[in-house]
Amino acid sequence: MSSITDVGPVAATRTDEGEARQPRKPRSGALLGVAAWLIGILFVVPVLWMVLTSFHSEEDAATNPPSVFAPLTLQGYRQFFGVGTGTSPWPSLLNSLTASLFATVLVLLLSIPAAYALSIRPVRKWTDVMFFFLSTRFLPVVAGILPIYLFAQWSGLLDNIWLLVVLYTSMNLPIAVWMMRSFLAEVPVEILEAASMDGAGLLLTLRRVVAPIVLPGIAATSLICFIFSWNELLLARTLTGTRALTAPVYLTGFVTSQGLFLAQMCAAAFVVSLPVLIAGFAAQDKLVQGLSLGAVK
Amino acid sequence: MSTTLETGTGRGQQPPTPPPPSPPPGDALRRTADWARRAPLLPALIFTIIITQLPFVATLVISFMDWNAYYPDERGFTGLSNYVNVLTDVNTRHAIWVTIVLTVVVVLVSLLLGMGIALLLDRQFRGRGIVRTMMITPFLVVPVAAALVWKHALFNPEYGLLNGTLTWIWSVFGSDNPPQPDWITTAPLAAIEVSLIWQWTPFMMLILLAGLQSRPLDVIEAARIDGASAWQIFRYMTFPHLRRYLELGALLGAIYIVQTFDAVFVITSGGLGTANLPYVIYQTFYTAHDYGLASAAGVITVIGTILIATLALRTVSTLFQEENAR
Repeated sequence: MSSITDVGPVAATRTDEGEARQPRKPRSGALLGVAAWLIGILFVVPVLWMVLTSFHSEEDAATNPPSVFAPLTLQGYRQFFGVGTGTSPWPSLLNSLTASLFATVLVLLLSIPAAYALSIRPVRKWTDVMFFFLSTRFLPVVAGILPIYLFAQWSGLLDNIWLLVVLYTSMNLPIAVWMMRSFLAEVPVEILEAASMDGAGLLLTLRRVVAPIVLPGIAATSLICFIFSWNELLLARTLTGTRALTAPVYLTGFVTSQGLFLAQMCAAAFVVSLPVLIAGFAAQDKLVQGLSLGAVK
Repeated sequence: MSTTLETGTGRGQQPPTPPPPSPPPGDALRRTADWARRAPLLPALIFTIIITQLPFVATLVISFMDWNAYYPDERGFTGLSNYVNVLTDVNTRHAIWVTIVLTVVVVLVSLLLGMGIALLLDRQFRGRGIVRTMMITPFLVVPVAAALVWKHALFNPEYGLLNGTLTWIWSVFGSDNPPQPDWITTAPLAAIEVSLIWQWTPFMMLILLAGLQSRPLDVIEAARIDGASAWQIFRYMTFPHLRRYLELGALLGAIYIVQTFDAVFVITSGGLGTANLPYVIYQTFYTAHDYGLASAAGVITVIGTILIATLALRTVSTLFQEENAR
């Protein structure tokens, strides 16, 4: 219940007002509640269906009408993980993990100092810098993909996971700079300055005052960057082949139907989505802020 | 202020020697201070310029070249002919049209749905948190995985859930002759749109819900006490407040959806007249190796995006300034 109003640091303070709002007419209120439930269920059904199908046998997965109560089995998962066939998705999952984790770390290393220079000790014309960063996020990937591809081909970086790390870093940097700035802007500068004069108090201030504000910000930023990197297909599809293949590219192997493969495909889709689902539910309250580049709290 | 402090944010910062109360504004001194201030910003800035701006400049140059990897000897500058080709070729013109239709339909429908659902979720009811979590779930499925599930598990004419449900409903009424449409073949673009709307409605809902929850409730309460109807409150108070959030959702959504590649690639592989600009560009350079043509189409996509982005930046900057003014 409480998670609804915890949309962000600002919204959280309104919890009390939100709770205090009176339902006007009990009956229409209950009806609207039922409507909300129905719509919520409608939206979640495809995901539930994916999960359920992944635990069915291939024969039960492809029936019409659907066999909802068919016995559950791990057959689809066994097949996806290559038991018997020998084609394992693990290299691609590990590649995705490498690309997403390293890109996230690099993003943090670059964005936190930048956000510091844009909030706590702002450079002149810092708003222009902010909007420059933002504008790069609006540049379509297809606008630069060909030169990047040619460069990778020329330098031998094609099918190299580190190229994706660099590209995912640049893809997420604007989001991270905006998010981190909105968090750092909440740090009380006076206390920081007083502490730096004081000398001994600086570390204590960093720990007691700055860390509680900035650490949740770092966590939220990391999760958003991780999700975007993990999801990316176009760059990975174009720039990797066999060695650096990522999980979304591995999934494109299921684009054309291959006989009875629905349970295996649903298992694959679920396994690949699982990290994002976990990260997303963990960062539920910070999702809006990240997706709106920090404009909405 | 002192310059020692700015040079790093990490540990090991020595407490600076207290600066003189007002340092004489020497030019050299101020310049050093300015650079010290900029230093933490530079790595991110330089990195961004190299990785995002240089490739685009290269795209711009290549777009004026006749360059097909299959005919490496014929490389040379051709002026605007690639642009002429993009704008006159039936396929690319159709792709521009598809991109516009796809973006407008997905943004508008998911915005409207998102607003309706946000209004529902802004009320008190049992299990509100659970419904909110259910609503977010579609956004957290990896786009390729979501497109695969829609294509094979839902839209498939033989064993997809949609036709399965039709069979089941018809059998409840004693009919063994249910309609079994082939969704993707009948309405390929609509199929892609539905899967995208499913993924993007949660995005719009989240932004609009945040907007609803930032309304000044005391004013609305006062209006209600003064006898304003629910519709009047929505029309004259909630909607004007939500307007900026609607704009923000529409414009950010448009910028992401213009770039849609995954859904088109998975559901139709660009067939049945559903290839949008990102897909055509991918195909032109990755399969056909016509680098000049692909670049020209890329530049045209950027011009279109700049038009939207200018509006988006304006909206974001209004929100941004208001937030800073607080």
